[in-house]
Amino acid sequence: MIEFRQICKRYPGGYEALKNVSFEVAEGEMIFLTGHSGAGKSTLLKLIAAIERPSSGSIVVKGQNVSSIQSGALPYLRRNLGLIFQDHKILYDRSVFDNVMLPLRICGFDHRESAKRVRAALDKVGLLKREKNNPIGLSGGEQQRLCIARAIVNRPSILLADEPTGNLDADYASDIMGIFKSFHQVGVTLLISSHDESILRQFKGRVLALKNGELCP
Amino acid sequence: MRNWLISHAHVLLFTLRRFFTTPLSSVLNILVIGIALSLPAGMYLILKSVQSLAEQAVGTPQITIFLSMDASNDEVVNIGKQLKQHAGINQVKFVPRDQALEQLKQTTGLTDVIGGLAQNPLPDAYVIYPKISDAQALEALRDELQKWPKLEHVQLDSAWAHKLDAMLKFGLLAVLILAVLLSFALVAVTFNTIRLQILTQREEIEVSKLIGATNAFIRRPFLYFGLLQGLLGAGAAWLIITLTLYLLNNSLSELTHLYVSSFTLHLPSIGESFTLLFFSAYLGWLGAWLSVAQHLWKIEPR
Repeated sequence: MIEFRQICKRYPGGYEALKNVSFEVAEGEMIFLTGHSGAGKSTLLKLIAAIERPSSGSIVVKGQNVSSIQSGALPYLRRNLGLIFQDHKILYDRSVFDNVMLPLRICGFDHRESAKRVRAALDKVGLLKREKNNPIGLSGGEQQRLCIARAIVNRPSILLADEPTGNLDADYASDIMGIFKSFHQVGVTLLISSHDESILRQFKGRVLALKNGELCP
Repeated sequence: MRNWLISHAHVLLFTLRRFFTTPLSSVLNILVIGIALSLPAGMYLILKSVQSLAEQAVGTPQITIFLSMDASNDEVVNIGKQLKQHAGINQVKFVPRDQALEQLKQTTGLTDVIGGLAQNPLPDAYVIYPKISDAQALEALRDELQKWPKLEHVQLDSAWAHKLDAMLKFGLLAVLILAVLLSFALVAVTFNTIRLQILTQREEIEVSKLIGATNAFIRRPFLYFGLLQGLLGAGAAWLIITLTLYLLNNSLSELTHLYVSSFTLHLPSIGESFTLLFFSAYLGWLGAWLSVAQHLWKIEPR
């Protein structure tokens, strides 16, 4: 499903975020990406979605070489991915409902069908009652769940979550991990990054540990 | 296909709403475009009107031949015969000196002054209508006639029209240059408007790109906006031009009926109006496209 071959990522200025990283993720796997902040977790996830390009090496996602993808094909790759961002990237100029609607609008989905899907996604993360609210009034955990709803409304086969439990207290965090687990059960491939190892211990799944940009054996 | 149409209609509504959320700046932008367009377009129309006047004169060229005062009746008749036989001349009209004086009395109202003259100061004259109408051939004909005996003066009546025509061509060139320069200004105005809109929507664009929006999808509302702004600007220009020409025509009619029979400035034709709308819409679209392209290029992953 996802394959990294000798990936290096060097930022302008010479900082090396990833050094010779190679791994493979099979379909339906749930992977935890751990490491201290600055270990390269976010960079790794961004490379999969081609938000950034590797300095060398190649990345294959669903049989497609992402590292050399044409910018015209990029949107269609990203529609297959559900992205959950560390900083949520929620739009505060529209309602909760419209935030989740955005990916479907982008894909040109039928309006009525879209509304059903949006409500289903909001129901899944427990935000259905807040659909008309402005996201500015949501708590941190609720915003995170909104971000998840937006990522899954497209029904992607791969879900990438960057520090989804970052600033949440333990209850909220295990809530969210529970949601991820239910996606795993229906066959979604998940990559979840977290620096909080206590959460990872609660769940079974392969762990990729990054240290200073290198994959620990 | 249906979804595609719906999404376009959605974008159009969204764009219209955006015009009304910032009414003052929308109106000012439209006015700027309108004024910038109405300058060259209005000047073009005025020059065109004057040109059609000149073309009328050029189209029916006319040469007046004044005979010498000492030409005898036989010589006058003879010259008339020769003129009629000339290959380059279509029609010959004789104006006897007495008739010319009579006409002068009637048209100028100088009856008293002319009545006081001891003798008729006017010569016999022929007005001829050549077959050709281009300026050089007419001048050649004039020079040829000038050499005939007993002809005092040969006057090419349409010479002024040719000079005017040349000046108008020069004027049209100047208008064209002005139009090109102002087109750049129009593109720049739209470019900046859209740039500001992009800045306020930077997050939405970024998020949309991240979750799979194509560049076309991002561009669409801005292109609609540029197009619409261009169209409305052209509409404003059309109103400015039409109103101005209408007012000018009103005061012109007072002025011109003293001189020429009728001279009015043409209002923009349907074709010209559509050209204006299309051209302005295109420039607005172009300005928007450039603005979005520049932004999208900046956020492209590297």
